[in-house]
Amino acid sequence: MSERANVLHVEHVTMQFGGVVAMNDLSMEVNEGEIVALIGPNGAGKTTAFNCITGVYEPTNGKIDFCGQPLVENYPQGRMEKAYLGENKGMYTHRLAPTPDRITHRGIARTFQNIRLFGALTVFENVLIAKHMRAKQNFLSAAFRLNAREEARMRAEAMELLKEQGLDHLADETASSLPYGLQRRLEIARALATSPKLLLLDEPAAGMNPQETQELTDFIREIRDKYHLTVLMIEHHMDLVMQISDRIYVLDFGKLIAEGTPEVISNDQRVIDAYLGVADDAEN
Amino acid sequence: MEFFISTLLFGISVGGQYALIAIGYTMVYGILRLINFAHGDVFMVAGLMGIYLTSGLTPYLPPAAVIPASLVLVLVLTVALGFCIERVAYKPLRSAPRMSVMISAIGVSYLLQNTATYVTGGQPMTYPTLPFLGETVTIAGTPIKWVVILTPFLVVALVIVLTQLINHTKIGMAMRAVAKDFETSQLMGIKINQVISATFIIGSALAAVGSMLYFTNYPSITPTAGAMPGLKAFVAAVFGGIGSIPGAVIGAFLIGICENLVKSTQFTVFSDAITFALLIVILVFKPTGLFGEKATDKV
Amino acid sequence: MSHIKKKQGPGWGAVAGVAAFLALVILLENLSALLPSVPRVLMPTSQLFTVLKKGAVYSLVVVSMNLLNGFTGLFSLGQAGFMLLGAYTYAILTVPVDQKDTVYYLFGGSAVKFSLQDTFALLFGSAGVGGAVSMVLGVLVGLILAGLVAAGFAYLIGLPVLRLKSDYLAIATLGFAEILRAVFQWQPLGPITNGANMLKNFPTFSDFNIENASGQVVLRLSAFIPMLIAAVCIGIIVLLINSSYGRAFKAIREDEVAAEAMGINLARHKMLSFCISSFFAGVGGGLFAMYTANAQAKVFTSTMTYELLLIVVIGGIGSVSGSVMATFLYVACSEWWLRFLDSELAFAAPAAPGRLAFIAVFAAAVIAAAFLAIRAIRRREGHTLRQEAPVWAVAILLLGWLVYFVISGSLQLPLLRNGFRMVVFSIIIMIVVLFFRQGIMGDRELPEAMRAFRRRMSARRGDKKEGTK
Repeated sequence: MSERANVLHVEHVTMQFGGVVAMNDLSMEVNEGEIVALIGPNGAGKTTAFNCITGVYEPTNGKIDFCGQPLVENYPQGRMEKAYLGENKGMYTHRLAPTPDRITHRGIARTFQNIRLFGALTVFENVLIAKHMRAKQNFLSAAFRLNAREEARMRAEAMELLKEQGLDHLADETASSLPYGLQRRLEIARALATSPKLLLLDEPAAGMNPQETQELTDFIREIRDKYHLTVLMIEHHMDLVMQISDRIYVLDFGKLIAEGTPEVISNDQRVIDAYLGVADDAEN
Repeated sequence: MEFFISTLLFGISVGGQYALIAIGYTMVYGILRLINFAHGDVFMVAGLMGIYLTSGLTPYLPPAAVIPASLVLVLVLTVALGFCIERVAYKPLRSAPRMSVMISAIGVSYLLQNTATYVTGGQPMTYPTLPFLGETVTIAGTPIKWVVILTPFLVVALVIVLTQLINHTKIGMAMRAVAKDFETSQLMGIKINQVISATFIIGSALAAVGSMLYFTNYPSITPTAGAMPGLKAFVAAVFGGIGSIPGAVIGAFLIGICENLVKSTQFTVFSDAITFALLIVILVFKPTGLFGEKATDKV
Repeated sequence: MSHIKKKQGPGWGAVAGVAAFLALVILLENLSALLPSVPRVLMPTSQLFTVLKKGAVYSLVVVSMNLLNGFTGLFSLGQAGFMLLGAYTYAILTVPVDQKDTVYYLFGGSAVKFSLQDTFALLFGSAGVGGAVSMVLGVLVGLILAGLVAAGFAYLIGLPVLRLKSDYLAIATLGFAEILRAVFQWQPLGPITNGANMLKNFPTFSDFNIENASGQVVLRLSAFIPMLIAAVCIGIIVLLINSSYGRAFKAIREDEVAAEAMGINLARHKMLSFCISSFFAGVGGGLFAMYTANAQAKVFTSTMTYELLLIVVIGGIGSVSGSVMATFLYVACSEWWLRFLDSELAFAAPAAPGRLAFIAVFAAAVIAAAFLAIRAIRRREGHTLRQEAPVWAVAILLLGWLVYFVISGSLQLPLLRNGFRMVVFSIIIMIVVLFFRQGIMGDRELPEAMRAFRRRMSARRGDKKEGTK
């Protein structure tokens, strides 16, 4: 693999909810232009990883860098330190925990497992909202229409994006009235509208048939090239994952159990065990 | 010193009366996640019923039987009122957003207050003096009503009965299950509507008892007389950690005491405000209250 | 391309409509002076003008509440508290200097030694046109400061409170309003707030009536002015709702997590919405003081907030035009149309026109309400006859009472006495809350609803034509 700039660097990230360790000591790398998949059985902590990266959760321990700059850092202090068992125990006490909107601002966008569109708003408004954060305006200039040029630019960009995604004919439809597949599509379009460098997709192919999944494969590649993205996705459809991913990380019970190229992963015994269950389970 | 003790005693007793209302709030919130804004007004209506029933029954019953009979009737009718409110105003909205149910509760509160204004003509009514409870006794040189002394004991007794009920009966178990997880318990075959009705019945019964004690202390009833004690009782429930019965009771005692301590100083105007100040402090520093469980949102 | 140029929100048509309506208000107000005789309803003392004034004041506050509860999804119950702040700020700053000793007689005068209009009078003179200018400026600056004080307070309250979730936020804001009410009644603050007594003698709406030299009213503006101020303020709110910020508010209402993932700073936008809403509630409070000609802390109770919230619900959560319509309906019903319920009605003869009209209107209202309610129930999925039963029962009961009234020939209506109006009123509200959760407008606005209605009518006409062919 050629030397590519590092986009996401996750180091020893642990997420505990009380006594439950949802994610244990996860470390991973995502490089520029890659499509990386995060797989694992249900409850393995994949979405928790996304939530830590996007600032929805503040990790109990660990460090996440984005494009070489620190994004999230938390090393356990006080009570949490006693509970934390990772190898960096007691090394640092440092905290950097931006809210999700700051992280989106830095250039990480995401979609959600159970689609979270702004249901009552139109397709166009859904995309337009993503343009709000980078607009040069304040509430007074917006209310008194002194931001007309900025507003026009936001609208033009949003419309442009809808056109590129082939959703422009639906611009005035209410988002919740769209069929399921188009809602997924719109959610991705909305994420793209934040002009991200890194796109996190949470089960983009959920509920799709094989043909739609195939289309999605092409679509993800296409947007990666077109918008110069790096993609990290959670997915259960193995054919999609195997076809599209440059590298794969496998989680099980919150722990990273394997990583590597699709070929390596598909032959890894631990992964097969995690997915199919180990034979000695039957003895219990 | 004497003054301090009587203030403290009075505070404890008012706190006990708030506790009886607060239990109704906390149980309903635990199960339906609804601030039952009408609960304070149910309490006020119970007080008014006490007045009208005693005067209504006087011609028909021997004098000694009037008050007991009317108190029993108050209890029964308040329970019926609470039950009806739930069935008419909350049950149809079970699948509606939470805000709609809360608005419905505010609507019921508005209706009860306006009906009370209509019935009483807006004049303050005087609660009848209950035998024994309303009589005064002199302790350490200060005259104190019996109700002030007895309330805390009565409250503790009722709370013990209630916790036994919740921990050791089938309906109590169902209540705990529903409070923990509404949907799942429904799937487990618990008859949700029965549980909710039972909750409202218990809450209203305690509010009726609370009204008898409270209005013996403060005998003047106006249509808005329930609003303030209701809000304070809710604050008490939040204070103790909403959904927790012991929490609500302890919160109510604390609030009763604080309020009466403030009342005894030159800051009497702030006796109501102090409750809300306490509320905001607790919400900011420990939003789950003293004994509440932490809930995390799922993303 | 249409979306890029598409105008944001209502256009000049709506502005023209509002302007025409305002002109109509001026005309109505002055008709009694222009014409030799007018029906009683147009006399200056008519309830009509009370409704217009109070409706204007309330609609501003209701719309400000809708901005918060309906558009941003923050369930706040502090509106009465912010109105209180606004009312007091306005009153304290505009009690004329020569009236201070009368108003604050218990405290031997006020600690606030100036008043806005007297200060402006130093600039423009206090007589004639100069006096009018300084009065108008004083009132306007007073109202703006009223809003700013409320907004500033909202900022301080919002810092801790806006982190709370829905119902905790509601109860905390309610608590703040109660605390404010206590603070403003505190005697030691008397030199500023006049303690538990009311503030009065400051400029009110009737001071805007233009008088000639002999003190006769030449041009009445006392209903027009509150309408104008409310219209301008609501216009600003509408502009904001249809701006980029309004979209961000709606996104927060729809889904906080997704809004945050779209780069919307929750804390900042919630705070913004809270402060703006409070600003206009404060202005509304100032107007309310002008309407009632006094400012008194004990008026701004939680019941007032509940009332405002119920109006929001009746109009439709998330609809500005719905809020405005609901406010005027509500105020008209409570101050005017339902007044007759508050006193025993005695009709002179069985065939008195008043009695016949009453029977007709009553029957029509009951039947229409029952019809709408039952239709609403039947539209729901899995409805049962049991759900309809209460509606049937109430309707039959009411009609039965009417029949009894007709048959018995009784000239007096039972049940009607002081307070019955509010009972009927709260029952109507409960019916709206239970059966018409969408309110008048749902979350649509008037132009949109009219367009949809026209489309439906033309579609229906088209169907009929098809049928006749």
